Amino acid sequence: MRIQNKMKVNTQALNDNGGKYILCLFVSGKSPNSALAVVNIKAICEKYLKNRYELEIIDIYQHPDLAITEEIVALPLLIKKFPIPKKRIVGDLSNTEEVLKGLGLV
Amino acid sequence: MKNFTFPKSPTGIQGLDEITNGGIPKNRPTLLLGNTGSGKTILAMEFLVNGIVLFDEPAVFMAFEEKKEDLVMNLKSLAYNLDTHIANNKIYIEQVLINPYEMRDTGMYDLEGLFVRLEQAIHKVMAKRVVLDSLDKLFYGLDNKILRSEFLRLLSWLKKMKVTAIITSEIGDHFLTHMGIEEYVADCVIALDNRVTNQIATRRLRIVKYRGSFHGNNEYPFTIDEKGISVYPIISEAFQQEPTSKRISSGIKDLDEMLGKKGFYEGSSILISGTAGTGKTTTAASFAYSVCKAKKRCLFCAFEEAPKQIIRNMGSIGFHLDPLVKSGILTFYYSRPTLQNLELHFLAIKKIINEIKPAVVILDPITNLMTEGPNSDIRSMLTRFVDFLKTQHITVMFTAAITIGSIERNPSDEGISSMVDTWMVVQDIDIDAERSRSLCVMKSRGMAHSTDVRKFKISTKGITLLPIVANSKGPLAVSKRKAKEHGNLSTSKESIWVKENSPQ
Repeated sequence: MRIQNKMKVNTQALNDNGGKYILCLFVSGKSPNSALAVVNIKAICEKYLKNRYELEIIDIYQHPDLAITEEIVALPLLIKKFPIPKKRIVGDLSNTEEVLKGLGLV
Repeated sequence: MKNFTFPKSPTGIQGLDEITNGGIPKNRPTLLLGNTGSGKTILAMEFLVNGIVLFDEPAVFMAFEEKKEDLVMNLKSLAYNLDTHIANNKIYIEQVLINPYEMRDTGMYDLEGLFVRLEQAIHKVMAKRVVLDSLDKLFYGLDNKILRSEFLRLLSWLKKMKVTAIITSEIGDHFLTHMGIEEYVADCVIALDNRVTNQIATRRLRIVKYRGSFHGNNEYPFTIDEKGISVYPIISEAFQQEPTSKRISSGIKDLDEMLGKKGFYEGSSILISGTAGTGKTTTAASFAYSVCKAKKRCLFCAFEEAPKQIIRNMGSIGFHLDPLVKSGILTFYYSRPTLQNLELHFLAIKKIINEIKPAVVILDPITNLMTEGPNSDIRSMLTRFVDFLKTQHITVMFTAAITIGSIERNPSDEGISSMVDTWMVVQDIDIDAERSRSLCVMKSRGMAHSTDVRKFKISTKGITLLPIVANSKGPLAVSKRKAKEHGNLSTSKESIWVKENSPQ
């Protein structure tokens, strides 16, 4: 019953948002992992979510307070804010298959 | 580089700074290992609070395990005043939640987020001391390669930040211990342990390693009470103490006679052992009575009889203890041995000693505490306790109940008897088929003591010691063993004696 409700909300949310993906990538300056993560997520978005995504890239060094509010420890960190459920994906995002799994695209 | 002393950061924890020769490495990380419930968090927190209170060093506590509110709540029972220190910006506590649902298999990553938060936290209060509690939670689910490199990076980063840090971690069947990384990278490793023997838990602390410094190698017992942590190293001052040649009366005139005519040495340790009903408590109480009559304070620690019962019983033989208790010169400490472990007993007694500064402490009977753990433990505890008393120039008297049979067969008693300065044995003997009490001084360091076995008489006028005189014409039957020896030597006399005493 509960799961069904959740599913309902999920589709609702998708509709409200025009089915757009809202992603947020936290990086630490220009570290190799971070640079790679930026390249990887851009490629994945262009390939699988063309025209239906919003991607924000935040440098944690510029916004250290966000590390607390977003409860960040491991970096780089990709947060899928929409569609729910919210998902946190850690790493340089080189493993495309795992990233797609995390984004619910497989 | 002669006489180079390693810069150290005192923990302010009683005993720990003695073992480490001044504290943990300054501006370096120390690893604190221990099982669940071994006291890691409390020790780490006390290090921080002492830093604030005693050394004006602000602190950061990164909690990976507990919520900040829970942590403050849990430590409320200890006198750390965390709320005040938080309000004064002296300590900053941050809860770092490790999200177990994070996907971590898309590629390489590091823990830069933690470093960013840590740096912010340190700047917030200008911290000099940092605690990370605990590593296991932080590194949960981390890839081994990343774990190793990030741990190394964390250590060198902390050094670069010039903070004295304690990182806690579980010990035992854990991946960290398997890899042994903590042993290789930290400058100082301290292990805590909470062992349960005979249903009584004893906490222990050990310095596993300390790079570039001498340290005590042993395991040291420690306690946690409302004042925090206390570690008990064997006090070395006891051996440097100038022993006194002053004497203190035993309260029994005849016994003083036996002890080189003057009584015990002040600040010495005295053991009275004997089977049940031989007058140990009475002897101890008579000592206490005479000490108090000489206007010196006495602490009587009773582990068997309740104080009121002792007062009543001693009143019957002329020692009126009640007025002494009321005037405050005699203090009773009464506790059931099983109530808590031996360390806590000694801790409680030490506290009273520090309050009332007695000249004499009596423990009656010490054997009741023996049930509390293996004998080696008790011995080291007693040694420490006696050392402590010696530094304070306090005379201590133990009584020990032994079972019928030879003293030699009772190793626990033997353990104590070699430790004390004066040892007296009270026992039942047969004189002419009549049961009598006897007392003899087995040893008394530094004085010419009597080797007689004296008849030990308790009457309404107190205690008197008489030479043993047999009523009949037969030879002295000091004890069954002696009688037998005697019998072997002179069978003829023995047979006469038997004949005389046999029913007609």
